[in-house]
Order: sequence, then structure tokens, then C-alpha cells
Amino acid sequence: MSNHMKAIAIAGAVAAAVASTSTPAAAAGKEKCYGVALAGQNDCKAGPGTTCAGTSKVDYQGNAFKLVPAGTCESITLPGNRKGSLTELDRDIPS
Amino acid sequence: MRDDANHTPESLPPGPGVGYKPQHYSDILADPGPVCWLEIHAENYMGDGGRPLAQLRHLAGRFPISVHGVGLSIGGEGRLDPEHLSRLAHLVGWLRPASFSEHLAWSTHEGAFLNDLLPLPYTQATLARVCDHIDELQEAIGRRMLLENPSTYLAFAESEMSETDFLREVARRTGCGLLLDVNNVFVSATNQQTDPRAYIDDFPIGAVSEIHLGGHDEDGDDEGAPLLIDSHGREIADPVWALLDHTLARSGPLPVLIEWDNDVPEWPVLAGEAARAARHLEKVAA
Amino acid sequence: MSGGISQAAFTKALLDPDRPAPASLTSPSGAPAGKRFDVYRNNVAVSLTEALGVAFPVVRKLVGDEFFTAMAGVFLRAHPPKSPILMLYGDQMPAFLEGFAPVRHLGYLPDVARLELMLREACHATDTRPIAPDALAAIPPEDLLSVRFSLAPAVRLLRSQWPVFSIWLANSEEGAPMPEMRAEDVLITRPGFDPAPQCLPAGSAAFIEALMAGASLGEALEKAEGDAAGFDLADTLALLLEGGAITSILTRDSET
Repeated sequence: MSNHMKAIAIAGAVAAAVASTSTPAAAAGKEKCYGVALAGQNDCKAGPGTTCAGTSKVDYQGNAFKLVPAGTCESITLPGNRKGSLTELDRDIPS
Repeated sequence: MRDDANHTPESLPPGPGVGYKPQHYSDILADPGPVCWLEIHAENYMGDGGRPLAQLRHLAGRFPISVHGVGLSIGGEGRLDPEHLSRLAHLVGWLRPASFSEHLAWSTHEGAFLNDLLPLPYTQATLARVCDHIDELQEAIGRRMLLENPSTYLAFAESEMSETDFLREVARRTGCGLLLDVNNVFVSATNQQTDPRAYIDDFPIGAVSEIHLGGHDEDGDDEGAPLLIDSHGREIADPVWALLDHTLARSGPLPVLIEWDNDVPEWPVLAGEAARAARHLEKVAA
Repeated sequence: MSGGISQAAFTKALLDPDRPAPASLTSPSGAPAGKRFDVYRNNVAVSLTEALGVAFPVVRKLVGDEFFTAMAGVFLRAHPPKSPILMLYGDQMPAFLEGFAPVRHLGYLPDVARLELMLREACHATDTRPIAPDALAAIPPEDLLSVRFSLAPAVRLLRSQWPVFSIWLANSEEGAPMPEMRAEDVLITRPGFDPAPQCLPAGSAAFIEALMAGASLGEALEKAEGDAAGFDLADTLALLLEGGAITSILTRDSET
């Protein structure tokens, strides 16, 4: 394809992209909202903050090397996502 | 840069304030109740942009803001982190808060930030170091700071002076003001088996420009002695309110902050604590 | 320091629960500090563990609370925060997960952590004003091949050999479908204040990667078409425009 033809093809794609986004001003409307999005919405997880308070919770001193992940990962099966047996894990532990 | 119309006075009003939590943003704007100023943790507003800073800019147009640092490690043996000093100077520079405060504690060692306010022995060596660091900070931010008394859980065999004498001397040498956390006084006095009222009576009250109140948890040490934890996770305890009265009787009206950092409640509960603080302030003759 | 405990020794004992509390720390009666020192140990370990849980909610959900807490205890001692700005704590987590034996069988976990880090980086990135979509349409066709874009500082791109977006979504939104094995590219934009992660169609990541590296539209298009035959330029440009990802257009004229 010549550069001229390419430019025409790109111009077409640009026009299509602009047309598909120029109608709803949804994104612009959202910007005005400084408040935290309602629960359940994909709001900005600002991440952890600092504390100047102590805690009376006791630090759990479990040894992760002896534990097995036991969350939702159990329901996800993908190739290479082998269910590690305890013996297999023990063998992996650097001594 | 702020214009003069928006300029915040360089002191907090002598009424109730609360530690700001983003989940209360809309509630505060809709009905702040008795709350007349807000305090933020400096380190949570040091991102490049995003919602936290947008909220802060908006709130700063409506409320006097107190910036409370929790991460400078003023009591650290190492030198102050120059990067963190300049971040603080930047925040104070654009926000022009009504107050800036930090803690008598350390939290960073050899570049590792431990996210807790760790205790200091009250010695001449500590005193010299803390004063040097406060001089450096006040120079960097171009204003006077307030230093807060800590909650402590243990004692150092090498301490040479009382905490009140230590703070009095810091204020005298550096010209800094003090932030008196009345809950910390109660927690520390219980844990150190001393009299919290005697601590208040001995405190250099003339240097105090702000009061903190927060909830604590009750535990016990290895010998069964009471051990209180400064958890900021519940209502302020009745004896702490009584100690506030004792303090205000000496100091007169001051800005009083409610701190609630763990298990943060719905806004009406927090505003209720602020209302209680307002009633205690009303009892004090100006 | 004479006669007292150094902060180095305090820190060492703080992070190692098997060590006794340093000897010069006491109760009011002069007894060894014991449980009183443990208050500080708890404050550090619990607060940083909670920070990591807030930072990596999907990793936590995938491995479960009990495992996550124990793993966080290992992580925070190996990689304590390097600054008091905790909003971005955990940048070592993907590499840590790659080397952590008990999760070696969860090959996708490091990429899930990378995605969660990028979402937080996007949250706190500098605010920018995106171009109006019309500005793109106003570029003369003969300039289109050589035009370059600056992208918003919040834009992030993650190319994974795992279905990282599907795994993230299935653990973030009620009722999202279970992931199936495939490679996924994720684009994060931040229209307004909330990061918007989305899965990219074939070729899009190569295109955006090239733009991020400063390539012209023509060069980026070549990369994308080399990467995937069915690359759809209009779709990808629409994604960038909707996400407010393009902040300025640099034509040859504007570059001089």
C-alpha cells in the first residue's frame, strides 16, 4: 500500500473512532465527581494509607511456607496451574 | 497558588475537628455538623494527582486544614530524609494549611519505613537530635510546627528526664508549638503507672495549640498490669473526656480533634463525637 | 550510643519475633518489656499486612486471607516500605511472588499483582486534560502517518501470557465469568479519577506500546499489523479517546 493509500485508510479509521466516541459525554460527566464511587462500582482503590494508631490485633505468626493457598485460586484451573501437593511444596523449600 | 480570598489563617479555630476519611467526603460537604476544621495525614496526599488531591483542594476551600505528618521520623538516629522534607515543603507550600504537626517518635531506620510511631529514650542525646530535626523541618516548610506527645507502652532504662521536661525543652530550644494528645496522656500514664492529671499539670500548656482525642483498647501485660493500646478504633473513653476537662481548665479553649483511624464508623457517629467535644469546649470560659 | 539500645537493635528485634525484647526496655516495675514490646511488633506487622491487603485485594482473595496474612508477614520483613508514602507500597510484590515457593504453581499470580500495582499507579498519576476527539479528525490526512501522541501519565499497559484481566475481573465483580486459558493484554486508562482496566483486542497492545515509546501513528500501525493480521485501528483509537488517554497531538509543525 502506498503512503497515500495508507493515509486514506487511517483517515477513515480516525473518522470512525471519533464518530463512535463523540456522542455520549459520559466520561466528561464522571470527572466532576470527586466523591468515592458507590460500593460495588469500580471506584479508584486509592490503596493503603498511613496510620498513627496502634492495634490490639495480634500479629499472626503463621509460617507461609507450611501453608497452602486456599482462596478462589482453587476454582481457577488453567494449564500449568497444577494443584501443588504438600510434598511437592516441601521439596521446593530452600533449606 | 491560592488567591488572598482563599487564604487560610495560620491557626485552627478553637472548636472540634475530625481526622478526614475519604468515605466521609459527601457527608461532610452535605452536613459537617459541629465540625469546623479537618486534619489529614500528609503522606496520603503526596501522589502526583487523582481523587485524593482533588478532594483535598475542594475541602480546603471550605474548611481550615491541619496537616499531620506521620512519617518524617523526627526522633530517628539517621538524618531526615531530604526527599521527604521537600515533599512536605511542597504540600505545605500549595495547601497553606492552618497548622502543621508531627510526632515525637521515630519510624524509619536505614531507609525502611516501619509505619508505627516508635518510642524514644528521654536523654540529652535524643533531645539534641530531635531539636536539630525540628529546626531543619521548620526551616524547610517555612513555618512553626507542633510536636505531639506519644502513646508509650514501655520505659527505657537510660531515660534521664520526664516526657514533660523533654517537650518543654524542645519547645524552648526550637520555638515549636505542642500538640497535646489527651488520649495518649491517659494511655501512657496508665501503661507507665503514673498520674495523668499530674502529667497535664506539668505540661508546658502555654505552648499547646491543638488537642487530640481518640479511642483506645484495653489489654494487660505479662504481669497482669493494665496495658492500653492507642488504637483509634472506637469512641473516646469517659476518663479521657474527664482528662480533657482538666486540660481545658488549664489551657482555655483550643482546637480539639477526634481521631478515628481503625474500624472507621459512619459519619453521624464521628460527628457525634465532635458534638461531644463541642459541649466540653462550651463549658470552658474563653 | 552509650548505655542504651540503638534503633538498629530495636528494629532488628521488632522485625524478628524470635528475638527477646531488648534488655533496656522495661515495664514500670523494671521487669523485661515482654508483651509491651510486642505491642510495637504488632503495630508494625499488622499495619503493613493490612496495607498489603488493601493494595492487593485480588491476590489476597486468590490465596485466601490466612495464607495472605502469613505471606505478607514474610514479604514485609523482606521488603519493608522504602518511603512513608504507603499508597504505592508493594512494588516488589510481583518479583517476590515469582520466587515464593508455596505459590509457584499459581503462575498467573505475579501478573495479577502487576495489574493491581498498575491500577494504584493510575489512581495517583498526574491529572491531565485529554484532547477532544474532534481534534483527531481535524488532522490533515497527509499528516496522519507522521503524527505522534502524548499519552496521559495514568495510562498503563500489561501484556500477559495468562488471562490476567479475566482472573482479576472474576475476583472483583460479582457474576463475572470464570477465566479461560489465553494470553491477555490489559490497557488501563483513567477517564476522570477511576482507573478503567480493559482487555485489548489483537494487535492493540503492540500499537499502544509503540505510541507510548514515541512512535508515529504510521510506525505504530506497522507494529500492530505485524503483531496481528486483523488489527482494527478504529477500535483501538476509540478505546484511547474514550479513556481520555491522548493528551496532545504532535504534528511536524508543532515539533519545530
